[in-house]
Amino acid sequence: MDIHEFLVPPADTARRRGPHDRIVMSSRVRLARNLKDSAFPGWAKKPERVRVFDLIRPAVESLPDMKDAFAETMDSLSSLDKQILVERHLISREHAAKSAGSGLVLNREETLCVMINEEDHLRMQALRPGLQLRQAWTAIDQADSLLEKRLNYAFSPDLGYLTACPTNLGTGIRVSAMLHLPGLVLHEQINPIIQSVNKLGLAVRGLYGEGTEALGNVFQVSNQMTLGEAETAIVERLEKVLAQIIEHEENARATLLEKKPKMVYNHIGRAYGILANAHSISSKETMNLLSLMRLGVDMSLFPGVDRALVDELFILTQPAHLQRQHSGKLSPEERDLLRADMVRERLKQVSRPVINPAPPGTELDKQSN
Amino acid sequence: MLCCICKEREATVHLTQIAGDKMQKVDLCEECAKTKGVNDPTGFSLADLLLGLGASQEIEQAAGGSEIQCPRCGFTQADFKKAGRLGCPDCYTAFAEALENLLKTMHKGTRHVGKVPENLRESRDSNDRLKLLQKRLAKAIESEDFERAAVLRDEIKQTSSRLNNPNVC
Repeated sequence: MDIHEFLVPPADTARRRGPHDRIVMSSRVRLARNLKDSAFPGWAKKPERVRVFDLIRPAVESLPDMKDAFAETMDSLSSLDKQILVERHLISREHAAKSAGSGLVLNREETLCVMINEEDHLRMQALRPGLQLRQAWTAIDQADSLLEKRLNYAFSPDLGYLTACPTNLGTGIRVSAMLHLPGLVLHEQINPIIQSVNKLGLAVRGLYGEGTEALGNVFQVSNQMTLGEAETAIVERLEKVLAQIIEHEENARATLLEKKPKMVYNHIGRAYGILANAHSISSKETMNLLSLMRLGVDMSLFPGVDRALVDELFILTQPAHLQRQHSGKLSPEERDLLRADMVRERLKQVSRPVINPAPPGTELDKQSN
Repeated sequence: MLCCICKEREATVHLTQIAGDKMQKVDLCEECAKTKGVNDPTGFSLADLLLGLGASQEIEQAAGGSEIQCPRCGFTQADFKKAGRLGCPDCYTAFAEALENLLKTMHKGTRHVGKVPENLRESRDSNDRLKLLQKRLAKAIESEDFERAAVLRDEIKQTSSRLNNPNVC
């Protein structure tokens, strides 16, 4: 099966809505599980990894949510395919580097994705748009309960689910949300917020998880500890912290508009100016400027423009997606030209930002095109 | 007690680690603990914490001298130091002593709370119940309440036989 025919088109992905999606781009709950009596993937020899894969794959495919799922081994995917999956946040960078004996199973809606033989035998994740941690936990809990009937998990009454890395031991759970926080960044409040979130035992990471930078003002917040706290308690704790971060971000946006409107208009106006007129632009610059445009849409500075337009560009302008649209390997310089062409074309329909935005919901006569 | 790194400030962070069969105590002041990343769960290196803060040579030697190996998968403590990951589920038993302190610094607790696979749930409940009954029995004997002790003894017998033969109810 061709992964590109299977994946939801970026235009549709960008249109998915969820609670608080102004700020919370997506929610995710991941569980790590391993089979008893088998070495962890990092230590197992290839035949053992293949044996484990062949055991797990049919069990995962038998899940009701995995009807008509995409299932493939990593060695049968091209490096471009894998990179596209990373850019969609469906697999980790580490998993993209795997080959024979590792694989993935992904459902049609892209709400359930299972990596087999990543760092652990099973890394299963439930994904939801907006803030929906509870829903994601319920979904993955159900999938896990069905899988435990077919697979013999490595579990100790004292230490819980046994994982390759002791940092995941116990519940094996990672609850995370991807947040767009341009207000806190512009208001220079992001560092104190990150520090206080860290103090609560939660991790703040960049766009692609561990060790990556926060491109486009996108941050991932997740739990750090997995042993000694029940799953539901972790979900609740994260919900509380996220509610506070959302409030801080909304306050920062309101304060900025009130106290430093010129600074906000300047940032957003320049972002629009560059995106709409550039002839060569890197993916990093694109992300950072699109983030400001997204903020502009949220602040009603682009009347009639849907946030989905920006979110779709977030996906389409990333290196592998760009490469894919132009079928063939491109040098970074060629990519920068094509990226600028695409963004210019898409922004043709967007007028420059208004200075005194009308309250959301009111139509402006001038924007009728 | 002075911090064993700067030897200037009062030590407020105390770590005990067991490497091989040797116990090593480390006492740090807040600042040195911070520089070593002990306070920050996101920043510390697993292997460093497990096999010697500041990786002093003595600790290195102690660890190397009594190399523990997982009997099931052959993974060694040195492998763990290098990879930061374990070889197989049984490694948790093989390296239990060394892992204990690491888990303490890393997690909220050292005992699992939360989901348990369904087929293990009942035995876990019975295990907990058994422990509770035994505690009560000891108390009853202590207070010479032999009537109650007899009831508890029967209950313990029942629970433990159910635990050993889960199919007979």
